[in-house]
Amino acid sequence: MTASTSDTRWLHAQPHDHRIARLAALAIVLAVVDAGIPSPLPGIKPGLANIVTLLALESLGWRAAVWVSLLRILGAGLLLGSLLTPGFFLGLAGGIASLAGLGLTQGWPKRWFGPVSASLVAAFCHIGGQLLLARAWLIPSDNILYFVPAFALAALLSGLVNGIIADKLLEGSPCAPSTPSPSP
Amino acid sequence: MSRLIRPGDWLVLLGGAVLTGWLAWQLWGQGQARSVTIRAGGQRVASLSLLHNRLVPVRGPLGVTVVEIAGGKARIKQDPSPRQYCVHQGWLSRAGQVAICLPNATSIELTGPDQPYDSLNF
Repeated sequence: MTASTSDTRWLHAQPHDHRIARLAALAIVLAVVDAGIPSPLPGIKPGLANIVTLLALESLGWRAAVWVSLLRILGAGLLLGSLLTPGFFLGLAGGIASLAGLGLTQGWPKRWFGPVSASLVAAFCHIGGQLLLARAWLIPSDNILYFVPAFALAALLSGLVNGIIADKLLEGSPCAPSTPSPSP
Repeated sequence: MSRLIRPGDWLVLLGGAVLTGWLAWQLWGQGQARSVTIRAGGQRVASLSLLHNRLVPVRGPLGVTVVEIAGGKARIKQDPSPRQYCVHQGWLSRAGQVAICLPNATSIELTGPDQPYDSLNF
């Protein structure tokens, strides 16, 4: 039998999906705000949306953080009109690198390392991923190294500030169950 | 629930600060070379910009030393010296770096906007 148009398929969104969607929507708004903030050097941004990724990581687990982060990159790309431009791919490379870094920090003992550590590691991974892609593809020259210290300083500051904000937000409000449920 | 910044966080912050400082020192502290000075028998033969790719033959007592400039770097490409030390040094890119072919009495020295140290003159 061939499928006809009368076949109705239902996609049931679990509460978990709703939480991810809510966080992703919040992250997209922050990414748009982020893009509006003037910056001294292209590529240096506060990365406010990463606060939401940290919230997702701490409250829903690493897989949810991956979802929120990738949905935010795609959604912000659509809204800002930068989809599939070099800037979009740089953000994607940075995002994937920071998610890898966040996955690494998940193994660290919670007693000693909090969201600030995760945020700092993610920030440095972000510039690392961006610079690798930029060096390999956009600007195949070692002159790009000249800007690396500026990027590192920006990562240090924004990673620290975003981590503290995420920590503050997590402190008071248990916005989700502490046990991460597996995503479908 | 927990203190805002945990002990390990300070460690990560310190690590990040050290990394940033090291990168700044490594990439900004030592100036990128702008030009190369070629010497033969103690005499300055030429001072050339590194922006211009070229091959420069320099005559010495043993024969011709070939200096290659390409992509903001310089090296001794060929040299008649028996041990080939200066050739094996490879590409030089930072101000203050020197390659000396003693038997043939030729040398190259990279110079930048500011000279970090002077290793040839006493």
